[in-house]
Amino acid sequence: MTGTDSLYQEIILDHYKNPHHKGLRDPYDVEVHHVNPTCGDEVTLRVQVRDGVVQDVSYDGQGCSISQASTSVMTDLVIGQPVPQALGRAEAFLALMQSRGTLEPDEDVLEDGIAFAGVSRYPARVKCALLGWMAWKDATAQAVGPSTTEETA
Amino acid sequence: MTLALPALDVQALRADFPVLSREVNGHPLVYLDNASSSHKPVQVLDAVRDFDAHHYSNVHRGVHTLSQEATDAYEAARTTVAAFLGGRHDELVFTKNATEAVNTVAGSFGNARAGERFALGPGDEVCVTEMEHHSNLVPWQMLCERTGATLRWFPLTDEGRLDLSELDALVNERTKVLAFVHQGNLLGTVNPVDVLVARAREVGALVLLDGSQSAPHMPVDVHALGVDFYVATGHKMLGPSGVGLLWARPGLLDAMPPFMGGGSMIEVVQMASSTYAKAPERFEAGTPVITQAVGLAAACDYLTAVGMDRVAAHEGVLTARLLEGLRTVQGVRVIGPDTTEARGSAVSFVVEGVHPHDVGQSLDELGIAVRVGHHCAAPVCRRYGVPATARASTYLYNTEAEIDALVEGLERVKAFWSA
Repeated sequence: MTGTDSLYQEIILDHYKNPHHKGLRDPYDVEVHHVNPTCGDEVTLRVQVRDGVVQDVSYDGQGCSISQASTSVMTDLVIGQPVPQALGRAEAFLALMQSRGTLEPDEDVLEDGIAFAGVSRYPARVKCALLGWMAWKDATAQAVGPSTTEETA
Repeated sequence: MTLALPALDVQALRADFPVLSREVNGHPLVYLDNASSSHKPVQVLDAVRDFDAHHYSNVHRGVHTLSQEATDAYEAARTTVAAFLGGRHDELVFTKNATEAVNTVAGSFGNARAGERFALGPGDEVCVTEMEHHSNLVPWQMLCERTGATLRWFPLTDEGRLDLSELDALVNERTKVLAFVHQGNLLGTVNPVDVLVARAREVGALVLLDGSQSAPHMPVDVHALGVDFYVATGHKMLGPSGVGLLWARPGLLDAMPPFMGGGSMIEVVQMASSTYAKAPERFEAGTPVITQAVGLAAACDYLTAVGMDRVAAHEGVLTARLLEGLRTVQGVRVIGPDTTEARGSAVSFVVEGVHPHDVGQSLDELGIAVRVGHHCAAPVCRRYGVPATARASTYLYNTEAEIDALVEGLERVKAFWSA
């Protein structure tokens, strides 16, 4: 399996086998359910935002190693971050995934997320890596939208 | 005892398929994704190239030599493909794929321009099965949405067979059409066409059989099967992509309204209205799939020369070996019948603790091509409680050594993922 080394990095396998922040928790502001229609992978994800900071992200779901590990890494990268910074990391991860292996990831921004650089060379797997991130972006947008309105009202 | 057939000379036959000699990721390609799409022998590639290089033109209505040659080749292809399935020339419509063929039939029901046999409305029923490919499910769902008819379906047994215990209730006097798959694309199950057709006849329902996985793999005689419609697709039976077929029992096509309007499907066109050509042209609006039809006919000739009974026998041997091999890999569960009885060569399985995507990706590193996902049969995955499966599917050019390579590869995949 040496050939898959560039895809199945040790960091990815670690997160897959021991996912961080997994399991649905209370309290939360918004819960979303996202699916990857091409492969049937799915994730249910909850977000809690307090004072503009991502307080908690919890999730449950089923999917391949790439989707599960990516979601685990995502929670590490966004929990505790102000929403704009967390969104910036999401953009950086998306850019990396769309790079077809041409982008050198910034470890300061993406931390364990840099392990997914190899995934961008496997177009069929990019959607797997983005499943959890897209669910988080969706949930966060919903969480921030109404609460912002409430605060200004 | 059935008469023993001389076995296929697989090595000689493999020489006809250029792709089989390539390597993938440093390993000889082991192509086990045939239920999704098959490869083409040089006989098909050459036929397509020769036609395009020397005889190509648009078909029908031309008086110049090339137009006549192209028309002759296209219509000869229709005869060849129809005969391959036991049908006649004017009973066969070329479509883009099997999906378009199903939609052509579904579109005829509940259509005011269609004959009485195609009337459909509230209170009427359409019956399918839980093992359908989306292509033989969604068009019927859309038909029921459009007409107010009720969709019903046969459930599946734990063994991957149709549960026929409610046969008489599911196919009843309200049933106008029964559509089901001949050989399941995910489960590999070969369905009892005779039982279902007999019941449909009792209640006067029309029967559509999805032959996408049967036409490539077993001898098919549409008249003997007793169905009203049979659909299949070229790219799963050594032919090009872009061409499928709809066979219909004589008389039915002429009672059906056109599916699409345009050139070639007309009789008299006036500014306010038109009349339509007879079948099969009525269902081939626009420039048809000319070159692809020629390629599909060459594929049928190839399969006929090999002998479909020998193809089926060879795949039976491979399937037995595959099922037996999978049994030796701990943690592997076959989704579908685990014997070769009434079963085709598509074998879905899951590996405990390893997601199908990771199974497929890891096998690819060994040069082994299997398909992963829901195989356009998501309800089947749901029925058996899995999000997806890996599926190995063989064809006439696969060998027992390739089956062994897969089984051995699965052991390596397991070792990698449990490390």
